[in-house]
Amino acid sequence: MTKSRIFWGTLAPVVAILSSLVFVYIILAIRGVNPIDMFNEMISYGFQPRNLVSELNQTIAYYMAGVAAAIGFKMLLFNIGIDGQYRMGAFFGAVVGAAVNLPPILHVTLIVITAMLAGGLWAAIAGYLKVRRGVSEVISNIMLNFIAAAIIAFLLSEDLLGVLPKGSQNLQTPQIPLSGQMPTIKAFDGEIYSFLFVAIAVGIAYWVMLNKTVFGFNLRATGLSFRAARSSGVNAPGMIFITTVLSGAIAGLVGIGTLLSDTHSYSMAFPAGYAFTGLALALLGRNHPVGIFFAAFLWSFLERTAPVLEFEGVPPEIVIVMQGTIVISIVVAYEVVARINLRQQQHAVGKVNAEASSLKESQ
Amino acid sequence: MQKKLLGRWGVIALAATLTATVVTGCGSDSEDAATNLSGTIGIAYSLGGRDVPGFNQLAYIGVEPLLAANESLELIESQDNPTATDDQRAERLRLMAQKGANPIVVVGFTYAAALAKVAPEFPDTTWGIVDDSSVTAPNVHSIVFKEEEGSYLVGVAAALKSKSGNVGFIGGVNTPLIAKFEAGFIAGAKAVTPGIKIQSTYISNFPDFSGFNDPAKGYEAAKGMYENGADVVYAAAGGTGSGMHKAASELGKWSIGVDADEATYPAHADYVTTILTSMLKRVDVGVAAFVADALAGVDTAGVKTWGFAEGGVGYTTTGGYIDDITAKIDEYAAKIASGDVVVPTDPKA
Repeated sequence: MTKSRIFWGTLAPVVAILSSLVFVYIILAIRGVNPIDMFNEMISYGFQPRNLVSELNQTIAYYMAGVAAAIGFKMLLFNIGIDGQYRMGAFFGAVVGAAVNLPPILHVTLIVITAMLAGGLWAAIAGYLKVRRGVSEVISNIMLNFIAAAIIAFLLSEDLLGVLPKGSQNLQTPQIPLSGQMPTIKAFDGEIYSFLFVAIAVGIAYWVMLNKTVFGFNLRATGLSFRAARSSGVNAPGMIFITTVLSGAIAGLVGIGTLLSDTHSYSMAFPAGYAFTGLALALLGRNHPVGIFFAAFLWSFLERTAPVLEFEGVPPEIVIVMQGTIVISIVVAYEVVARINLRQQQHAVGKVNAEASSLKESQ
Repeated sequence: MQKKLLGRWGVIALAATLTATVVTGCGSDSEDAATNLSGTIGIAYSLGGRDVPGFNQLAYIGVEPLLAANESLELIESQDNPTATDDQRAERLRLMAQKGANPIVVVGFTYAAALAKVAPEFPDTTWGIVDDSSVTAPNVHSIVFKEEEGSYLVGVAAALKSKSGNVGFIGGVNTPLIAKFEAGFIAGAKAVTPGIKIQSTYISNFPDFSGFNDPAKGYEAAKGMYENGADVVYAAAGGTGSGMHKAASELGKWSIGVDADEATYPAHADYVTTILTSMLKRVDVGVAAFVADALAGVDTAGVKTWGFAEGGVGYTTTGGYIDDITAKIDEYAAKIASGDVVVPTDPKA
């Protein structure tokens, strides 16, 4: 039974990726580029050890966004506010990290906790509005994304929390001192962010929380049926609120790997736009911690290889087309697989029933 | 390898008119391209890439005469995307250097951290970065502009042309760089009419850089200012400015473009009768000078600041709408060139 579940579960993403490749193949062929050469180029470049390291680092950020989205999805919550929560986390993590001087481990821990708090509290606004006021979390989160951007833009000025190094136009928070930086692991001509271990821990914690705890059971129950969960004694509104905050806290960690191991300050050059990515990755990875990892890796692999295409005269947007078609295909593929599964189950049930009734008859 | 270029017509028109109607300090354009050059030039664009007229495209216009004059000179290009991290930008630059591009032009301050990382890895590659002078490596050349000086001059023009004593400024994204445009514009307008009313707004806050390419919001912002009494509005907002020009032409008010001569953009054909002037930020001149020097083997390390006196900023007279006041504007320009007037870079100052 589980074997067939794993089979169907992996089949859908594989089919989705293949159909996306076919689609991109056609586009490239129309453009007069040899698609096979292109794919070869992407693969040979993307699998160079140095690039693998860089992809892994980017995977950490995407993984956090994916897990944050997945926690929400388990509760049927559409956390489109990951973008704002991520920014709040990274920004306040950077501000607090630069403002204090603590022993190394304590310093890093403080930054991580600050980031989770900032992301979580920001999400709590949407959670409160949903539970107490019935405001759709989609609407409130979109608004909160804008507000987060505005608050940070306001605070990150030279008069308040920002600095503008001489000759630079890039407003940034002050540098986090050495004690607040996370070491990198030198491997394959690259440097892996040690935040990777935090990401792994988050992935494991997510799985354990969901599958091995009462809290996780309640969460899934509330996600499956709010009313049923409530009538069986689960504090369903409370669960929604806590899940939202949890999702926000994880989203607060999205930029922390980059912050602690690379840039050491939050600046205008910090990346934007993790919201949709996180949702897409959770979808692609079926909300499973391992699945999301592969999805996140695929995403960062595609993005890493985009500039290579550019130099061959292929617009880098082709990567976005690829990602888009993967997401669309995955939705279709899951639906198809779900129907096949359903039919098989019906078959199985029908068979058992038929056997049971024939047994009865023979008695 | 021939890339399809959507903006080709615009580029040609722009390049032609830029040289024809430009009013800058020294007036001499070093666009007589050298021949017999070979190699590869790299350009890393900021968001939007080459096809968006203005800032990014000007970098391309800067190298275009060289490319046209030298068969064996190649160009490789790459553009930034909104989700890129410093690490990804660094890799983009690294790839260009590995492809053998030299010199490489890096457009926009968001590349600064990436360049600081990559430049030492390729000591034999010459790098030029636009809008940043924080990277100090022996192989990095900084191309920075005194945007405030050009903006000061169009501020003077706006105040001289304004009948209502009310002018407007629209910034694309609220950043220290765009604040320099605002500061210059305000200072220029006040130099003419000390009590002039100045409306000022920004379209977006970083990390949302859409304010540089949002004509619809530009239209709304400009319309609001015109309806609020302004009769001249200046937008330092890239593609967003198109919306302002549209609002101006509908309401019969003046608008002022930025970076290149916006009256010559094909997309602005319907608005040319209300485009008063454009503030020029000659990224093309800065890039052309850097690339020519780098190809000739001149040591380009250090910071080159392009102000009015250096021909790096200026204003246009296309359409002849400011012919009656150019003498006046040039008086102010002379004061800047001589150093008698130092234009502020902070709008709050």
